[in-house]
Amino acid sequence: MSLDKSLYQGKLITLASVEPEKDTEVISGWTHDAETMRLCEIKPIRPLSPWKVKKILETTEKEADEKRKTCLFAIRSQVDGRLIGLVQIDAIDWVHGSGKVKIVIGDSQDRRQGYGSETLRIILRYSFSELNLHRLEAVLPEYNQGALGLFAQAGFSEEVRQRQAINRYGRRWDLIFVGLLRGEWRVDISAV
Amino acid sequence: MNDELLTGKLVKLVAVNPEKDADRFARWASDSEYSRLLDTDPARLWSIQKSKEWLEKDQEQDSREDILFMIRNREDDHTIGFIGLDGIRWNHGDAYVGIGIGEREFRGQGYGTDAMRVLLKYAFTELNLHRVSLNVFAYNPIAIRSYEKTGFVIEGRQREYLRREGKRWDMVFMGILKDDWIRIQSA
Repeated sequence: MSLDKSLYQGKLITLASVEPEKDTEVISGWTHDAETMRLCEIKPIRPLSPWKVKKILETTEKEADEKRKTCLFAIRSQVDGRLIGLVQIDAIDWVHGSGKVKIVIGDSQDRRQGYGSETLRIILRYSFSELNLHRLEAVLPEYNQGALGLFAQAGFSEEVRQRQAINRYGRRWDLIFVGLLRGEWRVDISAV
Repeated sequence: MNDELLTGKLVKLVAVNPEKDADRFARWASDSEYSRLLDTDPARLWSIQKSKEWLEKDQEQDSREDILFMIRNREDDHTIGFIGLDGIRWNHGDAYVGIGIGEREFRGQGYGTDAMRVLLKYAFTELNLHRVSLNVFAYNPIAIRSYEKTGFVIEGRQREYLRREGKRWDMVFMGILKDDWIRIQSA
């Protein structure tokens, strides 16, 4: 039992609550970067105003409270507390014990700095030893090699490949589903 | 021109009529085998009233992302099930198909396969989709076989996704591309 080991804190980052008042400007900025949006969203992308971002965050929070099918966290720097990204366990199916992980690192300068892999380690522990889920999945377009590498490193394996399901950058790409079972979760690499 | 867009050999696809179809959906849902072949949600009972509200909402929304048909047996005009597309991704040309044959005596006789063939014709020649996706539970091999007959191939499986009757089962993903479908038509 490691109640003394924080569920939220890593070395570089900490998971924290999203503050709709404070965080909307930054998140709205991310939505104006098409490359970022195409990495994390397969719906048609569009820039969102801070007002719209606030509405979405409030709706997500309301759903988290009422339906308990989603958990959203802000990823904040341990150094200065600035908002680096968002991580969400979405589409939680309590009956069968499954959930979907989504991670966004908002600014391209913050990618490949270890924030994503630390976030994933923390959210895996949260999912398997707090939510007690049986499995997690992530759904990624084939062109998002960074994320595919990140999930593979954490032990996820490819489970489904929907051929040509994505039409972007002038060509067709596969949509890849990766999954991790609780029994495959390696606690050693989750020791933060 | 083909004016038989929504007609197959055994069945035709027709509009949902909340007045008439609500009691069917309610009755089908009370067949727990049907519910557990169809849905990951826990099997539960639906009142006719609740089914009617759900169907009315579906029809009122006139959603561009969901299209629901009833499956009618051509021989005697009885409604035997439903088939529909949901989560249509227009930007990528993909959608998920869902099908249920509620009337037990029509299962395993080719009615569902025929309805799926009609639906694919609609998806590829009217909606101009690039592909159609579905997921099916590993404990439903009869459905998997039927989907394979219409041209779907298995694209993967989410391991141990479902927990039912004390066991874990995979969620099987299948898909068909428009090119696959065209090839089958000319074969």
